Amino acid sequence: MTVIETPPGAAARRRWSPARIWTVAGAVTVVACVWFFYAWNGAQTTAVLSGTVRAATLLVLGAMCGMLGERSGIVNIGIEGQFLMSAFAAFTVASVVGSLAAGVVAGVAAGLAMGWLLAAMSIGLRTDQIIAGTVLNIAALGLTSFFYDRGRSLGQLKYQAIELGPLADLPVVGRALFNRPPLTYLALVLVVVLHVMLLRSVWGMRTTAIGEHPGAAATVGVDVIRLRYLNVTLAGGLAGLGGAYLALEAVGTFSRAMSGGRGFLALAVMIFGRRTPLGAYAAALFFGFTTALQNQFQLNDTFDIPAQFVGMLPFVVTIIVVAAAGLFGHMRDPAALGQPYEVR
Amino acid sequence: MNSSSVTSAPSGDADTDSPARSSRSLLRAAAVPVASVALGLVLGALLITVQGHSVLSAYGALVLGGLGDADAVLRTLQKATPLIFGGLAVAFAFKAGLFNIGGQGQLLVGAAFAAGVGFGIDGLPLVIHLPLALLVGGAAGAAWAAIAGVLKATSGAHEVIVTIMLNFVAGNLTDWLALNPWQDTSGSNIIARTPLVEDSAVIPTWGWLPAGFLLAVIAAVACWFLLERTTYGYEVRSVGANRHAARYAGISVGWIMASVMGVSGLLAGLGGAVESLGVDGRFEAGVNVGLGFEGITIALLARTHPVAVIPAGLLVGVMEAGAAKMQFESGVAPEIIDVIQALILLFVAAPMIVRWLLRLRDADDRLLTLGTGWGR
Repeated sequence: MTVIETPPGAAARRRWSPARIWTVAGAVTVVACVWFFYAWNGAQTTAVLSGTVRAATLLVLGAMCGMLGERSGIVNIGIEGQFLMSAFAAFTVASVVGSLAAGVVAGVAAGLAMGWLLAAMSIGLRTDQIIAGTVLNIAALGLTSFFYDRGRSLGQLKYQAIELGPLADLPVVGRALFNRPPLTYLALVLVVVLHVMLLRSVWGMRTTAIGEHPGAAATVGVDVIRLRYLNVTLAGGLAGLGGAYLALEAVGTFSRAMSGGRGFLALAVMIFGRRTPLGAYAAALFFGFTTALQNQFQLNDTFDIPAQFVGMLPFVVTIIVVAAAGLFGHMRDPAALGQPYEVR
Repeated sequence: MNSSSVTSAPSGDADTDSPARSSRSLLRAAAVPVASVALGLVLGALLITVQGHSVLSAYGALVLGGLGDADAVLRTLQKATPLIFGGLAVAFAFKAGLFNIGGQGQLLVGAAFAAGVGFGIDGLPLVIHLPLALLVGGAAGAAWAAIAGVLKATSGAHEVIVTIMLNFVAGNLTDWLALNPWQDTSGSNIIARTPLVEDSAVIPTWGWLPAGFLLAVIAAVACWFLLERTTYGYEVRSVGANRHAARYAGISVGWIMASVMGVSGLLAGLGGAVESLGVDGRFEAGVNVGLGFEGITIALLARTHPVAVIPAGLLVGVMEAGAAKMQFESGVAPEIIDVIQALILLFVAAPMIVRWLLRLRDADDRLLTLGTGWGR
C-alpha cells in the first residue's frame, strides 16, 4: 500500500460548490440566531445550548459508530441495542465496583462485544445486515430487561462538569461547551481524531476502499474481511462509550429501554453529516437542538403545544431529512454497502 | 440487490410436485426453525439455572399457563392473534424486499382508531359497527405504513429508518389521543385510555376461541393466496427477487413498494384493532409495546411463509400467555421470554450456526436480501 498523495475530492472541496455555499450560509444564520436569542434571554439560551450539546454527544458517538461500519460496507441498525447493552454494563459495573471509570471501561467493552457480534453475523455468517442489526436490538432489550435490578442505584454522583478555566467564561458558548463532564470532552476529541484518521490516514483510505470496491481493495493487498471485522468491532466501542455516557454522565442511572430511539436517530445524523465525523457533529447539534428545544418547551410552558407533539419533533425532522436527502441530495452511499464480501 | 438473489426468482410453491417430495421439503424447511427454537429454549434453561431457579418447574408452568386449561388456551390465542398479524405484516413486506420494522406504530394507530370508532359511534347494529371499526383500524395502519412506502418509492428514503421514526411518532400521537380528545372521563380516571367500546363493536369470544384469532387465520391464508395465486403477488415477488429486472419487465416498482407497505400496515393495524376490540375493550396508551419486534422474529421463524406464521405466532403466544404463571410458580422473571425470542431470532437469522451444530447440509440458506443502502 503506497502513501496516498491527494485525498479524493480535494480539488472539488476547494471550489465554491453550491453545497458549500449552503453550508456556510446555514452556519452564519445559526450563529446570528444564537447571538440574537442570547442577547434576548441569556439564561434560557444557555440552557438550550447546554441541552443541545448534551443530546448531540450521544448522537455523534452513535453516528460515528454507524459511519465506521458503513464506510467499510456494513450497515449497522443495531446502534440502539449497542447503546442499551453498554449503558446497562456501564451502570451495573460502576454500581458494583463503585467506580465510574470502571463503568466506562465496562461500557466500552460491552460495545466492543456487541460490535464483534454484528461483525460475526454480517461478515462471518453473511446474515442480512439489517436483520443482524435487528438481532442486536432485540437481544439487548431482552437481556437488559431480564437482568435489570430495579433496586440498584449508582451509589454515587454521576460525572460532574469540569470547568476549562477561562474558556468557560466566554460569552454564549462558554458555559455550554467548556463546562462539561469528562466524557463530553472525550467525545469531542474523538470526533476530531476520527475525522482526520478517516479522511487522511492510510487506514481511513483502506476503510473507504473496502466499502466502495472490496474486490479492488483486495487485489492491492487489503485483507477485506479482517479490516471489516476490526472496524465494525471498534465502531461498537464508540457506541459503547455512548452507552456509558448515557448511563453515567447524561442520566446517572439505568432504566429499561433508556436509549429511547437515539440509536436510530444517530443513523439519520450520520446520513445528514455525510458520513464524516465533523459533518455528523454539525448534524448532531442540529438534532440535539430539536431535543433541547423540546425539553425547554416542556419546562416553561410559554407555548401551549401538547408535550406529545413536541416529543415527535426529532422523529418527524428525521423523516423529512431522510426523504429530502433522497429527493434533493447529491449524496451517494458507499457502493458495496450492505453486500457481503465473499473471498473467491 | 445483489446478483445472488436473481436465482431465487419467483416460482410456484416448491412443494407441488409429489406428496413424498412435499413432505421431505417441508421437513427440510422446518429443520432450522425447529432447531432454533430448541436451541433458544436450551440456552434459556441455562440462564434460568444460573439464576438459581428450577428449569423443570419454570418450563412446566410456562406450558401449563399457556395450554393447561380452557382459560389458558383462550389467553394463548388472544396473545397469538396480534402476533400473527404482526408476523404477517413483516412477512408480506419481506416478499417485496421491504423491511417493515414499524409494526408497532401501525398497531398503535390501528388500535387507537378502531377504539375511537368503537366508542365514538353508538346505535349501530353489530354487523355494521364491528366491521366498520375493524376497517378503520386497518385503514389507519395502512395509511401509517404507506407513508414509508410512498417515501421509499418517490425519494428512496429507506423504509427501515422511516418506519422506526413513525413508531415514535405514533407512540406520541396515540398517547395524546388517549390523554386528550378521546380520554375516558368516567369516574376519576387519569390513565391515558379511551372509554370502553360499545357492545356492538366488541369482537365475540366463543368459549376458548376468540373470533379475532379466526380473523388472523383467514388473513394468513388470504396473504398466501394473494402472493402465490394472483398476478399482483407475482409482481410483488418479482420486485422482491430483483427490483431492476422487475422494472425492465414492465412492473411499476414504485406502485408495488407503496402498496405492499400499505397491505403490510393494514395487517398490523388489524392486529391492533383486534387487540382493542377483542381483548382490552378499549385503547390504552402504550399497549403492546415491542410487538413490531416480535413480528420480525415470527416472520423469520416462519421463513416468511404466510401460513407458517400461524404456528410461529402460536408458539410465541404460548410463551407470553404462560409467562405470568411461570413467574408466579417458579420466580423466573417474565423477561426471559424476550431473551429466548432474541436467541431464536439469532439462530433463525444465522442458519449457518444451526447447520453446523446439527451437521445439516442445505445450500439455499439465504432467507432474503433486503434493499441495500439508504439512498435511491
